[in-house]
Amino acid sequence: MTIQTTKEANATVLTIAGRMDAVTAPEYEKMLNEQIAAGESAFVIDFQGLEYISSAGLRALLATAKLLKTKNGQIRLANVLGTVREVFDISGFGSIFQIQDSVSAALADLG
Amino acid sequence: MTFDTLKCSATLENLNQAIEFVEEAADRFQLATKKKFGLLVAVEEAFVNVCHYAYPDTEGVVSIACGADSETFVVEITDSGAPFDLLSLPEPDTTADIMDRQIGGLGVHFIRTLTDQVSYRREEGNNILEMILHKTEGTPP
Repeated sequence: MTIQTTKEANATVLTIAGRMDAVTAPEYEKMLNEQIAAGESAFVIDFQGLEYISSAGLRALLATAKLLKTKNGQIRLANVLGTVREVFDISGFGSIFQIQDSVSAALADLG
Repeated sequence: MTFDTLKCSATLENLNQAIEFVEEAADRFQLATKKKFGLLVAVEEAFVNVCHYAYPDTEGVVSIACGADSETFVVEITDSGAPFDLLSLPEPDTTADIMDRQIGGLGVHFIRTLTDQVSYRREEGNNILEMILHKTEGTPP
């Protein structure tokens, strides 16, 4: 798994590629927690290059989203596709996260 | 049905090896691609569960066996830890909102949802989780 960080005017965009599983999900959680601790409060997570996600990946997403909510922050997901989308749908995560078709749509939604 | 078996110590370091082993077998036995991706999630959940819970105080072994006949693909995950039936765990509430949503319980939900048939048995001191998939898409369970 690789994570690339880009600062946009109104949010931090994290572009994730590869596999988000029991081995790699803690890296995502650590990175998000550090950014939240540093005061970032708006995030777009771009899953365009994500090939695979397991429940460990979903748990990491949920844990950081909860932390962010306690700080009145916001998170949007973009490009949730293919097998990853299927995992979101059967877990119910497709309806608890706000998902946009593209990073630009997600940034626009954050306003 | 003959089975190909991978045995390794039950640690997360071996997760990729386990997943690759099942993926290679699924390709060889011609499991439909969409089914394969679902199965790999289910296998990870079962494997990680053994790593986390089967051997709380010691190192132990997990074995993964893959077999197939003309219609079905079968994966069995075996550990020799204390008797434990993963399938006895309750289903998570998949409709709760973000703050009420619980962190745990999803793994077994994925195992149930992403396989066509799953069962647990205790045999000769081993926990065996058997997952069965129809090789083609759209076949009723």
